[in-house]
Amino acid sequence: MARQRIDELVAAMPADRRAAVYAGTKTTHEKRTLLLADHFTDPDQLRRWAGEIKQHVLENLDTYLPQVEAKLRANGAQVHWAATGDEACAAVLRIMQARGATKMVKAKTMVSEEIGLAAYLEQRGIEALETDLGEFIVQIDHDHPSHIVRPIIHKNRAEIARSFEREGLGAYNDDPETITRRARQYLRHKYLAADVGLTGANFVSAESGRLVVVTNEGNSRFSLAAPTCHIALVGIEKLVPRDRDLALFLNLLARSATAQALTVYTEFISGPKLATQPDGPEEMHVIFVDNGRTEVLAGDCREILRCIRCGACLNVCPVYRQASGHAYRSVYPGPLGAVLSPLLAGGHFAEKADLPKASSLCGACNEVCPVNIPIPDLLLRLRDRAKREHAPAAAAGTPPMGAWAVLASRPAIWKAALVAGRILNWLPLGLIPVPAVRAWAARRTLPAWQGGEFRRWLKHRSRS
Amino acid sequence: MSDSREQILGRVRDALAPLTRRAPLPDWDETLAIRRGSRGAIDLWTLFAERLKSVNGTPLTAAADLLALLEAGGWRHGYCDPALWPRLREAFPAGFTVETEFDRRRLDDYQFGITAATGAIAETGTLILSDRDTSCRLGALAPWVHVAVLRPEQIFPDLPAAIASLPRDPNVIWVTGPSKTADVEGILIEGVHGPGREIALLLPS
Repeated sequence: MARQRIDELVAAMPADRRAAVYAGTKTTHEKRTLLLADHFTDPDQLRRWAGEIKQHVLENLDTYLPQVEAKLRANGAQVHWAATGDEACAAVLRIMQARGATKMVKAKTMVSEEIGLAAYLEQRGIEALETDLGEFIVQIDHDHPSHIVRPIIHKNRAEIARSFEREGLGAYNDDPETITRRARQYLRHKYLAADVGLTGANFVSAESGRLVVVTNEGNSRFSLAAPTCHIALVGIEKLVPRDRDLALFLNLLARSATAQALTVYTEFISGPKLATQPDGPEEMHVIFVDNGRTEVLAGDCREILRCIRCGACLNVCPVYRQASGHAYRSVYPGPLGAVLSPLLAGGHFAEKADLPKASSLCGACNEVCPVNIPIPDLLLRLRDRAKREHAPAAAAGTPPMGAWAVLASRPAIWKAALVAGRILNWLPLGLIPVPAVRAWAARRTLPAWQGGEFRRWLKHRSRS
Repeated sequence: MSDSREQILGRVRDALAPLTRRAPLPDWDETLAIRRGSRGAIDLWTLFAERLKSVNGTPLTAAADLLALLEAGGWRHGYCDPALWPRLREAFPAGFTVETEFDRRRLDDYQFGITAATGAIAETGTLILSDRDTSCRLGALAPWVHVAVLRPEQIFPDLPAAIASLPRDPNVIWVTGPSKTADVEGILIEGVHGPGREIALLLPS
C-alpha cells in the first residue's frame, strides 16, 4: 500500500520551509478576514454576488465571448484564439516574429505558467524575462512558483541572496530592501530594451472590452510603458459582464489575495496607446486561451472556472499550510489546484487523480472564496470520478474496504467489533510490523477508543 | 487561427447546450460594496488624504510643501509635464534641474516626475491617470518620486462612482500608494519597479 505522492513530497520538505509557508499563509489569511469584516457590513453577501456573476458569465460564454471579441476589435486590439497551450505559445511566437521582436518582458500570468510560455520562447531564441520580483527569482533559480500570489513563499532571504550573487547582481546581501533595489536597477533597463510586454488579465469586461490587470510592484505598468507591443494571454473564463461589476471584483480580489483594500496598480486597458502618448504599445494583441477550459465547462465541476486566482483558499487550507505548493505537482496548488489541475490535465486525469484527496473537507476554502466556489463538493465529485475510473494514484494509501463492508453490514459482528476495538487503547501502533500502519502512527496519535459508548447512551436515554 | 476560434466557440456551445436554465445575472447593490465611512464624507479631499496616508502615500496642498519634501529627500533632478510647468516654475528655486521632456535613455537621471492626474478616489486614496492627461507614462513611473497634480473637483467618492465615470481612454491606471512587494519573507518593501514615494498635490484650477 503505497503512500500518496503528496505525503512523500511533504515528508521530504525541510522543516524551516514548512514553518515559513505556515506563518506566511496564516498571517495573510487573518489580515484578510479582519479587513473584510472591518470594511463591509456583509462581506459574505459580496462573495455570493460575485460567485453568481461569474456563474452567469460561464453559462453564457457563447454570448459573451463573441461580444468581447467585437469590442476588442472595435477598440483597436487584435484578437487571437488558442485551443491548446501549444497553440497559445505558437501565437505569441508568430506575433513576435512578424515584428522581428526578440526580447519580451513578462508580468506575472498564471496562464503563461500553465502553457510553459517562457521555456517555449527561450528554446526558440527569444528572451522572456519575468519581471515580478518573486517570478524573477523563480526564473533565475530554474524553480517553480509554490503559491499563485506569492511565488517564493517557500524561499528565505539567504537563498535569494545566494541566487543574486550567483547571477552577478552584487555581492552577497540578504537584506530584503537591498535585494529589491538590485532587482529594480537590473530590470528597469530590461524593460527599455524589450520589444514586447506580455501580461495576463485579471478581468475582461464584455461590455467595454477593457482588460483589467493588477499588480503591486508596477511591473505590468512598466511592461506597458517601455515596449511598443502588448500581448495579453487571457483564459476564456476571465470575463465579467459589465464595467460596474469590476468594482465588486476589485474590492474582493485585493482583500482576499493580500489583505489590501485595493492593489497598488489597477490598469484598465482597452487598446493601443493614444497617439499623443509618447510611451506604450502601438500594437495590442489579445490571445484567448482554452487549454482544457471548455472541457471543464462541459463537466460537473464548472464552478471552478469562477476562480479569480486570489490564493485565499491556499492561505486558509490546513493541507496547503503543511504541504506548500510544490507538493501538488501542478501550476495551481492548494484547494483550487486540487480541483483544477486534474481537470485541466484532460486525458492525463489519472496522473493527478490523487490531488482531490489532499483535503480534510473542512470547508474553509469555500468560506473564504471570493466567488463562493463549493470546493469541497467539487473535490468529492472528483474523488468519485477517480474511483470510478480506477485511477491507481487515487487508490494509493487507501486501505482495502472489503473487510469494512462485511463489518458494517452485519449488526452482530459490528457490535462485537465495537467492544473488541478497546484493544486499540493498549496496542503500540508504532511497533506493528505493517509499513502503512507504522507510517501512519509516526505522525499521528489515536484518541482513546470509546466504541459502544453512544449505543449505551442512547439505550439509557430512551429508557428514561 | 480562425479554426481555433470556431473550435473553441463550438465547444462552448456544446458544453452549454444541455443546460435547461442558465444562471441569471444578479442585480447587486453597490452601496454594500463600499467601505464603511466612505459615503457621505463632508470633504472628499480630507477622506482621500487620510486614505492615501494609510497606504503610505503623501497628500500635499501647496507647491511649497512639495519643494520642502524634495529638498529634504535630496531629489533635485526631475521631469515635469510641460503643461504644468508654467504653474510650478515659480516654486522651484535655483539648484533644481527640471526637464519638460522625458529622455528614456537617461532614465536613472530623473529622481522625480510630475504629471497631471485625471482624478482620484477618496474611498481608497487612489490616483487616476490616463493616456489623455498623463504627458508620459514613464515620467509618472520610473522616477523614485511621483507627483500627481490634482484638482478638488476631480475626486470621486468611491470605486463604483469612479468606474461609472471611467474615461474613454485606451489606458486608465489607478495608483494606490507607492509600488510595493512582500515577496521576500512577507516583508513590505516599497519602490519595487515604480515610485517609492507617491504624492498627490492638490492645486485649485
